Amino acid sequence: MATLKLPVTPEDHIQGDEHSPAILVEYGDYECPHCGRAYRIIQRVQKHFGKRLGFVFRNFPLKEMHPNAEAAAEAAEFAAAQARFWEMHDGIFEHQETLSLPLLLELAETVGLSVNDLEGALTCGEYAPRVKSDFIGGARSGVNGTPTFFINGHRHDGPFEFEDLVAAIDARLLQ
Amino acid sequence: MPHLLEHGTSAPDFTLHVTPDQKLSLIELRGRPVILAFYPADWSPVCGDQMALYNEILPEFQKHKAELLGISVDGVWCHEEFAKARRLHFPLLSDFEPKGGVAKSYGAYRESDGVCERALFVIDAKGIVFWSYCSPVSINPGADGILQALEDLSKS
Repeated sequence: MATLKLPVTPEDHIQGDEHSPAILVEYGDYECPHCGRAYRIIQRVQKHFGKRLGFVFRNFPLKEMHPNAEAAAEAAEFAAAQARFWEMHDGIFEHQETLSLPLLLELAETVGLSVNDLEGALTCGEYAPRVKSDFIGGARSGVNGTPTFFINGHRHDGPFEFEDLVAAIDARLLQ
Repeated sequence: MPHLLEHGTSAPDFTLHVTPDQKLSLIELRGRPVILAFYPADWSPVCGDQMALYNEILPEFQKHKAELLGISVDGVWCHEEFAKARRLHFPLLSDFEPKGGVAKSYGAYRESDGVCERALFVIDAKGIVFWSYCSPVSINPGADGILQALEDLSKS
């Protein structure tokens, strides 16, 4: 059974409390349509569990398959450095069907970040090491596609509809 | 679950088509670790199916100088299209004739379905099986086991 090799730390992007009884970690790719669908499902799951659930997003861009995934991940990390990670993360998934460099720049502007700085950061790959370290941590933890979820450190195999995730989280909460 | 060849067993040599007009033998790769990834079929429908995932993780395998070979019973032409569509940067071998012959010699053939198991092998530089693992056929095993085995191998 695959388990999360890198524990959740304050370095992570987390919604909710790091010490919540249930922690859902997603390894995701901004260009992956399944991750786009999971985005809506997770919002419902978060609503369902409220404060009992913390949600962490880590990068797992499938670059060979999704040409914009790496830039999107780096743009979200750029936003994170200025405490705007979730605005960027949500913005990208909300507009996933038009994901492109111009969209990332537009989103940066919308959330109040410098478009020039983002362009510069993407050009020199300023946040590539962070994205890569997420990716390698995911590979070492048994990420087997996108999205891959870990609930309290255990990989969730199988479907990830609202009911599936709720049942799996409930099961971990009972342990 | 089938009986895969285990740690310490000599890895049977084989020669399989890697493209319609090229063949590859395991023995040609002696001197560096080899990852054999048997899998049931090309064209699985999800983002980041097992081969596409390994394609992304390839640089990590290459840090250990390891050579990755995907093997299924699909024909060479099918592999060619699949590799092109997924932009794979490693060879796919066709265990097509006799069907599943190599998979059988590794204990990685699924008789009931006529396809390879989802079975992984890490073979050391001398051609000895260092690690093997068979995943439930519906579960993509990811790469954590391979990475761990390569790391252990480099320490041993």
